[in-house]
This record gives sequence, structure tokens and C-alpha cells, in this order.
Amino acid sequence: MDFRLKALTKSIWVFHASVGSCNNCDIEILDCFTPRFDVERFGIQLVGSVRHADAIIVTGAMNRKSAPILKKIYGQAPKPCVVIACGICACSQHMFKDSYNVLEPLDKILPVDVYIPSCPPKPEAIISGIVKLVNKIRGGK
Amino acid sequence: MKILFQYLVFPGFLFSACVGLLACWVDRKVSARIQWRVGPPWHQNFTDVIKLLGKETIMPQNAKLTFLLSPFIGLLGLILGAAILGGALFFSGAGFSGDLIVVVYILAIPAIAMIIGASASGNPLASVGASREMKLLLAYELPFIFTILTIIIKSNGAIKFGQILNQQAASGSFIFSLSGGIAFIVAILCTQAKLGFPPFDIAEAEQELMGGTLIEYSGLPLAIFKLTKAVLITAASLFLIILFLGKDLSPLFLLLKFIMILVIIILIKNTNPRARIDQALRFFWGPVTILGLLSLILAVKGL
Repeated sequence: MDFRLKALTKSIWVFHASVGSCNNCDIEILDCFTPRFDVERFGIQLVGSVRHADAIIVTGAMNRKSAPILKKIYGQAPKPCVVIACGICACSQHMFKDSYNVLEPLDKILPVDVYIPSCPPKPEAIISGIVKLVNKIRGGK
Repeated sequence: MKILFQYLVFPGFLFSACVGLLACWVDRKVSARIQWRVGPPWHQNFTDVIKLLGKETIMPQNAKLTFLLSPFIGLLGLILGAAILGGALFFSGAGFSGDLIVVVYILAIPAIAMIIGASASGNPLASVGASREMKLLLAYELPFIFTILTIIIKSNGAIKFGQILNQQAASGSFIFSLSGGIAFIVAILCTQAKLGFPPFDIAEAEQELMGGTLIEYSGLPLAIFKLTKAVLITAASLFLIILFLGKDLSPLFLLLKFIMILVIIILIKNTNPRARIDQALRFFWGPVTILGLLSLILAVKGL
């Protein structure tokens, strides 16, 4: 296996971008770092700056204000960088589909690598999504 | 050739970086255990550095060349300090007259490199971080110098590591005397600020400044800064061992002392919230400086 790829999947630094979510997904993401789930075992860390990030985890339905900002944030991230859509709002806009303020789904703007549906997703679901993502990056299974 | 080997491999870069990355792992593991978590595997910090080397390096639009140069300045300067400290510990008779003074200056280089890099990045949050780092540097250098003066007085005016170690081998470790004990407390607090660990991680505040001085760094320069921090942990701990715990230097005791200093720092880190910059400044120039002066007076009295 590629050495660089292995190091990348063993130490994923996550930047958390909340683009108009109701905070439930954000709380569930933080739950992944609590003693019960502890994703730091796998080297996953939350970072403050998008320049340090290997993954951007997006929560919430994007609105007119946050769409250009998210695009900018993705441009600022060093590649390779993956995008994770967390929660049904980020996956498919959910009940905000016909809202005046919500323009287009996330995957029309950014290349989304993994979708984690449900409202809000359980920490188990988020971890399972990240495992699937890692397997996809490594090109196996 | 021998000097190059010492600089790059044994007490210098390779050795101190590996020990420092393992020390970073001890830090993360102990922190995790304190928070009732499991924590990362031992090779986590090595993986992080290797991963960062493979990532893209982004140069911000209005950044200067010093943005890319400053991490190297910090690391190269610090390796010299680590090599001098390791030489004094592992090869008896190595070193030169006045190496204590040189190392005190060298230990300030990483902070200065960070200030230069952050100011050159052209990011407002980074410049706030740089100004905080500068104030913190001014704050902890004063009591730090008092502790070093205490050690110099206690070892009869020696400014060479070899002489300080000989003095301690003859009369017992300095930490067990009254003035040495007080100076050790002051030095631990200053080391805490030097390493940028909570409660003094004001310059890198993840929540308010999003990484502060490191905000614009990615890829290789960020990896260099992580390595600099790892080497700094090794160098600062060895420095404290030489100054205060220099009696028995067999490998086992050396390791135990190293881990003891590390665990003290990690416990302070995990039990204190972040101070504001004015609180940190007041803390260092108030109580800590007074403690440093007290230890200095006690040392002059011969206690």
C-alpha cells in the first residue's frame, strides 16, 4: 500500500463547517470525541484552521449566505481534502428543499465523498461513515 | 564529521525529534486517560508528521518569503540547543564555557521564529497570535532568568553545564534545597509557557484564534513546526534535568526524571483552563517573579 495514503488515513484532521445547521449534528459530531466513542484512538482530531484539515465535515442545509463562504473554505484547504456531508440536511436539504433561502444541495457545489444521512446521525453512524470513507480512499473492499 | 553526527543524529535532530514525538504521544495518552478515554497509539505523532509531509503546501497570497523560512530557522536553531544539552548529559567533558547562556538564548528562538512566520503570513488572526506570543515571551523570560541566576549562584558562579553537573554530583541535586525547590516551581511554570501548553496556550488558542500563529501553515512548514515543538519538549525537559536533577544520570534514572517532568507539565496542562493574556502577564510578572527573586535571595544566603 502507498505509504502516504496509509499515513493520511491513519491521521485524519477534521475541520467542522456548520453552514446553517440546527446544532444537533454539531453536538453529535462532538459526541464522537467523548470517552464513549473516542475517535482520537484512530488519530482523528478536530482542528481550528482549514489549512490543517484533511477532511471538511459539513452540517446543515446551505443557504444564500453560507454557500460562497463554504466554496472559499474548500478552496483554502490543502489537497488532498475530502468532504463529508453529515446529516440529512447536508445530504439532501431535507425539509428546507423548497425554502426561499436555500439554493442548491451541497453536492452541486463541492465533490462530496461520503453521505451520512439521518437527523441527527448517531455517533456510531458518523464513525461508520468515516470507516467507509477510509476504505474507499484505500481502494479496497 | 563528529560534530555533524552530533548535530544531526545522536543528541541532535534525529534523537531529540524521536524522543520529542514520543513525549507528545505520552502527553496525548495521559491527557486521554485523565479524560477517561483510550487515546491514540504510540506512533500517532510520527504518522501525523509523515502525513503533513505528503500534503500540499499553500502559500497565502500576501505572504512574504519569511513565511516559509521561519520554521526552518526555528528548527535549526533549536537542534543546536538540543545537541549542546544532550552533549552535556551523555558525553561527560563535552561543552564549552558559557554554554548555559547560549542555550538560554537558543530556547527563545522557536518562539521568535513563530512570531516572524505568523507576522509574515498576512492573516489578522495570526498577527493577533504573534502579538500574544511576543507578550508571553516577555512575561516568562524574566522569572526564567531569575531561576538560572539561582542555579549559577548555587554552583559557585559556573556557567558551564559540566561544572553544574559536577557540583550537583558532589553536593546533591539542587531541587532538594529550599531555594532550588522554589526555583524549580518557577522553572516548570516558565517551561509550560515556553511550550505553549494550557493554561498558557494563548498564542495558539484553538477556539478563539483557530490555531493562532499556525493558522496559515499547511503541509511541510506545519510539519516542521510540529517537529520544533517536539524537539522543544525534549530540550526543555533535558534543561530542567541538568539544572535541578543532575545527581544520578544513569539511563534508567534519566528516563524516570524525564517522564516525571513530562507528567508534571501534562497534569498542569489538563487541570487548568486557558488564561487571558493580561492574566498570564500579571501572573508571571507578579507572583512568579517574586518567587524567583525569593529563590535568588535564598541562594545568596546559602540555603
